[in-house]
Amino acid sequence: MRRLEDAALLTGAGRYADDLPAPAGTLHAAIVRSPEAHARIVRIDATRALAVPGVHRVITGAEIQAISDPFLIVLKEPIDQWSLAVDRVRYVGEAVAIVLADDRYTAEDGAELVEVEYERLPAVVDPHKAIQPDAPILHERAGTNEVSSRRFVYGDPETAFALAERTVRITVDYPRSSYTPMECFVVVAEYRRASDSYDVFANFQGPFSAHPVMAKSLRVPGSKLRLRTPADSGGSFGIKLSVFPYIVLMSLASRLCGRPVNWVEDRLEHLVAANSGPNRTTTVEAAVTADGRIQALRFDNLEDYGAYLRAPMPGPLYRMQGAVTGAYDIKHVELINRVVLTNKMPAALVRGFGGPQLYLAIERLVQRIAVELDLDPLDVIRRNLIPADSFPYRTPAGALYDSGDYAKAIDKAVGEGRLEDLKRRRDEARAAGKLYGIGFATVVEPGMSNMGYLSTLVPNHVRERVGPKNGAVSMVTVNVDPVGSVSVTADVTVQGQGHQTVIAQVVAEELGLDPRDISVNLEMDTQKDQWSIAAGTYSCRFSPGTAVAAHLAAKRIREKVGRIAAKQLNVRPEEIEFAGGRVFARSNPDNGMPFARAAGTAHWSPVLLPEDDEPGLRETGIWSPPQLDPPSSKDEINTSLTYGFVFDMCGVEIDPVTMEVRVDRYISMHDAGRLLNPLIAEGQIHGAFVQGLASALYEEFVYDDAGAFLSGTFADYLVPTACEVPPIEILHIETPSPFTPLGAKGLAEGNCMSTPVCIANAIADALSIRDVPLPATPDRLNAIMSGEEPAPPPDLVEAAPEPRAAAGGQALRGRGEFQVPAPPAEVWRLLLDPENLRRVIPGCHKVEIVGENVYRAEVSLGVGPVRGRFTAHVRLSDLKTERFARLSGSLTGPLGSSEGAGDVTLEPSGDGTRIRYEYAITLAGKVAAVGSRMIERAAGMVIGQFFERLVTAVGPADAGETRPGLLQRIVGMLRRLAGGGQ
Amino acid sequence: MQRVGQNERVPVTITLNGRQVTALATSRTLLSDFLRQAVGATGTHVGCEHGVCGCCTVMIDGVAGRSCLALAVQVDGCRIDTVEGLAGEGGALNALQRAFQANHALQCGFCTPGILMSFTDLLARNPSPTEQEVREVLGGHICRCTGYAGIVAAVLQAAAEMRGEAA
Repeated sequence: MRRLEDAALLTGAGRYADDLPAPAGTLHAAIVRSPEAHARIVRIDATRALAVPGVHRVITGAEIQAISDPFLIVLKEPIDQWSLAVDRVRYVGEAVAIVLADDRYTAEDGAELVEVEYERLPAVVDPHKAIQPDAPILHERAGTNEVSSRRFVYGDPETAFALAERTVRITVDYPRSSYTPMECFVVVAEYRRASDSYDVFANFQGPFSAHPVMAKSLRVPGSKLRLRTPADSGGSFGIKLSVFPYIVLMSLASRLCGRPVNWVEDRLEHLVAANSGPNRTTTVEAAVTADGRIQALRFDNLEDYGAYLRAPMPGPLYRMQGAVTGAYDIKHVELINRVVLTNKMPAALVRGFGGPQLYLAIERLVQRIAVELDLDPLDVIRRNLIPADSFPYRTPAGALYDSGDYAKAIDKAVGEGRLEDLKRRRDEARAAGKLYGIGFATVVEPGMSNMGYLSTLVPNHVRERVGPKNGAVSMVTVNVDPVGSVSVTADVTVQGQGHQTVIAQVVAEELGLDPRDISVNLEMDTQKDQWSIAAGTYSCRFSPGTAVAAHLAAKRIREKVGRIAAKQLNVRPEEIEFAGGRVFARSNPDNGMPFARAAGTAHWSPVLLPEDDEPGLRETGIWSPPQLDPPSSKDEINTSLTYGFVFDMCGVEIDPVTMEVRVDRYISMHDAGRLLNPLIAEGQIHGAFVQGLASALYEEFVYDDAGAFLSGTFADYLVPTACEVPPIEILHIETPSPFTPLGAKGLAEGNCMSTPVCIANAIADALSIRDVPLPATPDRLNAIMSGEEPAPPPDLVEAAPEPRAAAGGQALRGRGEFQVPAPPAEVWRLLLDPENLRRVIPGCHKVEIVGENVYRAEVSLGVGPVRGRFTAHVRLSDLKTERFARLSGSLTGPLGSSEGAGDVTLEPSGDGTRIRYEYAITLAGKVAAVGSRMIERAAGMVIGQFFERLVTAVGPADAGETRPGLLQRIVGMLRRLAGGGQ
Repeated sequence: MQRVGQNERVPVTITLNGRQVTALATSRTLLSDFLRQAVGATGTHVGCEHGVCGCCTVMIDGVAGRSCLALAVQVDGCRIDTVEGLAGEGGALNALQRAFQANHALQCGFCTPGILMSFTDLLARNPSPTEQEVREVLGGHICRCTGYAGIVAAVLQAAAEMRGEAA
């Protein structure tokens, strides 16, 4: 059935968070963010920001700290985080101050003028370096960056490895990325002083386990944090959990300024600071028989959560704990889970949530077993599958797989000539000298998480002390009004999955109504709606969870209306049927009445109700499946309720010159139990597939070694467009889940888990390589196949001065020369004269001499979408009058900072002067994030403008008026740093 | 050319979906913000504000363009068409909108208005686009939900219907 949501969304009538009017008097917020990866905040001066007309208030971390508590986290470690940085920043993009103004434009004006002085600290970006003894510590009170480490043993892996005929091992790295919803975060927060409560409207997605975290930080009981969510949301994919620190920040800002506060995140903020999946390194080893039967697995996981451990982190490391053996019948497992913190944005929810990381390890391992044992990879997969007759199947780590027939699914996928076709295409491509490979991936897809899985993180004795956690409560309310019209509220948030449609279908089916007559309102209101700790839209909990609660609620309505009708129709309640908007006796359909009349009786005529029925017609269905037990004393945990199955196979062709990977064919087989809405199911698979493709080939949040963020725009962070997406063939089988009344399982995350590794396996096959870096970009594959780029010949680097590297960030170098029609003496004077420099430097507001050969300048510069005002400090040294100067210094501003050095040489040339320059600088902050391509181009433009203006300055018109100013260098530096606009 | 001072608010008049509207803008007000905040046409969405994602695409004097890269004062006197103007009498969906629904070409719907405007432009110029041409135009938009398959199918189906061929 077609979606009920579409009519509004196709006509511009959607109601997204930023479409709704904010309360009168609302102030608009802009956030000042750290350009530093790790630094002490020395001073924040808001004087100039507050002088801007329309700016009302600037709030810093100290004020936030005074009226709020740090966020609760899953560990006991002292890893305090408030909604603004307090004393120290730990990643580029961390919120440092907030500016409140009459409108957003003015707030951003103010944000640009907030002066923050940082004292840089050493940063650590590589998780492997972060666990070394000499690494900089992010949270000194924690004393270490490795804030959690647990070892698990299921079965007897030690013996299995001792007896193993063969062992195969591989190490894989899963990169940092996100699925960047097209709508960014939105918060409207209002503090109500009279009741000491907060009323917040935000496009938060859940899980609502974050609600107590927010309330605790705000120092109010949960009932005094009213959180409402909008009717429509522009995608989420897990990401919109991470709006929660901003809900707290805007709530506190409203309290401090006494007015409602609205904040709309922009894309640059989103990319640098909103959310990332954790990066993980896994070393996994298998004990195998000579024919490829896996006897035992050993995992060592090191997962990098960035600068803070926000709840519910480290979820991705534990979400798959029970299912760590994937689709395979493996009895013995050893597992080490380590959590490390680094100077990167904090990790949080991203669709797939631990699955992509796990399956990259397992399925790459299976491919390696085939290679090293000289077996067919599909044979290795089949040999290890859990047999169809063993469901429900208990894994060694405690998961209870509900149903499946994995062999049948694979047979169907490879059948009908599909695998032969792939092999034929491969053979033809290879015969033509091309690089072509085939990959497989086999995935068990969890649905509806056990709220107790994260407590596996702590040892059993701690769990015994704090009490068990388990279950996953789902709630839906069906309301029937006095004229018999039906409305539904549920414990999910809207993100685009068509939940309104599916809930309407489920309820309508039960009540014999048309789904279009069911009003489903999914605007959550925590003060008025039914919700429990597991509420929200995440971890595929809708189909196995909320849809079931809807079914249960509708069933109770049906039963009650049935009893009401039975009494009036003089039949037994079991005789009552619901269809076509009528309620009638099964044996005599003419003996019936409209649904509306039967239902209305509960409101209008309590006197007619059966004896035991109460008036009114409103039922809440509550679903808490019994299979979701707490972790056992041996750390066994049934991490999810349902376990679907995905089998993918693909063929990729790799251009032998560019190393660009093209997916030639992709086949994806799914068993998600009963499909509630096939159209929506296919849509979910298509979407997840392209996100998996993105993780395999394109998207990554890149940091340099010093912590500068380099993926700050959609020109740097590469989201696939329609031109990059290959066609995919989607297949289904249905083995209904016996554990859910509707038989449905989750299915929306499977391809996020299967596609990255399926493509990686095909690349490994095509190139005959062991280690496949993700994303498998052409430069990375080239580095593997051809070795690293050779260093440039010495004569090309000889003169470039070294940047003062401490700055951290991306290095930028350049050189060039320019002819100026004036003698060196005149050019020299011009370049040393502040007033001339001010006129010659594009975007320069002011140049002043602050000491001998030390200058301070203020300039406005822009690169691509970012533009800002910078302060430059430049020192001249090694001066050889009219011939040479060396410049060194720094540039700081709200968009970032840089340090660097450069040389300028003047020499007579004809009637004029030939100026040669070269420089090397480092960039940090937003200017680094927008990408060196744009910066280099912008730098070139600014330098060009500078020299043009210099030529004008020495031109005949004011030949008599000359002045010096090596600042040109400076200027050049500045410019390129910041990139130059006009 | 009109000169607008830095803090000056000037009236900007556009013909929005066939109706003339006037609202105030400063010299730096983006067209996207002008439409959403000054005029109240919130169907046009803002996804990146640096011209990559295509969410904010509208038609300016009949040509699809990014409203986040245009200033309100630049379009004074122009015809602006947005998603709100696509449906017919009584809100009846047009052929392109119907095809989007039939092919599940939208999930969250946030990128959809911009995509509809780009293809309104394309189909007006090229009633018989090839799949490759559709993909190339769609390449100017980012959709994170659908994987694009439904959108390509929808545009081709709408084009066929608009040419009078059986759907």
